Amino acid sequence: MKKNPLWKVLNGIGLLILITIFALPFVWMISTSFKTLGETMVFPPKWIPDTLLWENFSKAWNSGPFLKYFFNSTIVALGILVLQFLTIIPAAYAFARYKFKGSNFFFGVTMVTLMIPTQLIFLPVYLQMSAWGLLDSLWALILPFASSAFGIFLLRQSFKQVPEELLEAARLDQASEWQIIMRIMVPMAKPVLITFAMFSFIAHWNDYFWPLVMTTTDASRTLPLGISKLREVDGGVAWNILMAGNLILVVPILFVFFFAQRQIIRAFVYTGVK
Amino acid sequence: MSLGKARPYLMIFPAILVFTLFFIYPIGYMIYLSFHDWNFISPDKNYVGFNNFTALLQDAKFMQVLRNTFIYSALTVSLTISISLLLALWLNRKGAMYGFVQGAIFSPHIISLVSISMLWMWLMDTDYGLLNWFLNLFGISNVPWLTNPKTSLLSLIIVAVWKGIGYYTLIFIAGLQSIPKDIYEAAALDDTSKVRTFFKLTLPMLSPTLFFLTIIGLIGSFQVFETISIMTGGGPINSTNTIVYYIYENGFRFFKIGYASTAGVLLLGIIGVFTILYFRLLSRKVHYQ
Repeated sequence: MKKNPLWKVLNGIGLLILITIFALPFVWMISTSFKTLGETMVFPPKWIPDTLLWENFSKAWNSGPFLKYFFNSTIVALGILVLQFLTIIPAAYAFARYKFKGSNFFFGVTMVTLMIPTQLIFLPVYLQMSAWGLLDSLWALILPFASSAFGIFLLRQSFKQVPEELLEAARLDQASEWQIIMRIMVPMAKPVLITFAMFSFIAHWNDYFWPLVMTTTDASRTLPLGISKLREVDGGVAWNILMAGNLILVVPILFVFFFAQRQIIRAFVYTGVK
Repeated sequence: MSLGKARPYLMIFPAILVFTLFFIYPIGYMIYLSFHDWNFISPDKNYVGFNNFTALLQDAKFMQVLRNTFIYSALTVSLTISISLLLALWLNRKGAMYGFVQGAIFSPHIISLVSISMLWMWLMDTDYGLLNWFLNLFGISNVPWLTNPKTSLLSLIIVAVWKGIGYYTLIFIAGLQSIPKDIYEAAALDDTSKVRTFFKLTLPMLSPTLFFLTIIGLIGSFQVFETISIMTGGGPINSTNTIVYYIYENGFRFFKIGYASTAGVLLLGIIGVFTILYFRLLSRKVHYQ
């Protein structure tokens, strides 16, 4: 850009407007969460409430079994991640390093899966879960995501880049295939695994659709679903309580994002570009 | 090497089992159900041939659902892409300030759609929402964003664009950065204007990124559900009902399993066409270097 001072000022103002468009809604969310119900119904709105009503947070938290929701969300997101690692690492290794009959076919199956969104197949999966008696259990939330076509695809790429000589040398040293995976492949692919882990955890931690479809009681509901149920408290919409509840959901993610911004952005952009 | 030839099969088995049980088989089951009439409770599934398909295509409500879905997808994707491309050209610079702005506009992407939806419901509140307060400053009277069928779909598009811009911008920036610098040097030597350089050089070089974002954007938009479920419930008077919400409604509220499956098969077809298109063109046209 030219060094014209007018340009610099306009550029600065532009950046400020841009940040405002994205930050102001969150500021508004925080501001609302500390208001009294009466203060939410003032127009034009007040930015800073007279007193900070911290009890909105405890009201939101106590309006349902939020500890249970939190626990369920953690189990589901971590459970999925562990199972995904267990299934995608060997599969990606086999697809990257072995020549076997039908490998193209099975890799094709994997790629087709990549294209099938869960929003498309929830009905038949629901019926299946119902037949197995797994509806409204954490299994129904975890099992369908126990593997990831996307993870296999990413990992296969990086496993392919490991030089063959390294594996030959390890095999000469009597290393088992399991040891080769754990001692050579996994450490070499660590950045991709971390990238995938962040991507997967955030996606399932935030997920609303699948738990909405698969659960019917609080015993297996997750945090996003619990938050969405806040609307039904006391008939009318209490925006202050609602925003307080959502802040409980949003703050941990934004907090992590603040510190791991680089890695998280890299995770999403990388997975988008590859 | 005691396992011998069986080893790779054992290694892929768990993953393939999951895919088969939860993705491949359900697709088959859904197609099967689309030829049947079933209310979920009755033990019998009645074979009805193509009746569900003909009924669906004559259903005025479903036609509106299709129209809503296409309008929503086309506008969301075209707006997100054009705004993000401009932002990427602007924000593709070094420096802490630009890094911060990139982070800020990306942040909605990692937040649950539940919170995004509820936040925007509140921002778009007719009487006390921040958006109308802001419009009032310019003398525009209160807009009933989500409660008027004329503005409800547009409101959902605004939310989707707001959420998506950051992600698209960063992908575009990554695309811009992968363009070799020496091409620009050659253009600068030729004294080519900035606008000309953009259309003759940058845009063609970005076409794989542009294409990728268009397709994943469309496929993603066809499946929109969360904002609708939380913000509008498909209303008012069906103005925001889209395919996935329609499937959900028919399956879980009206228990028309066959009918819902038929809509699912149609969506599968639409997504399938775009996916094939993507791979076709990817291997042919938009390939540089």
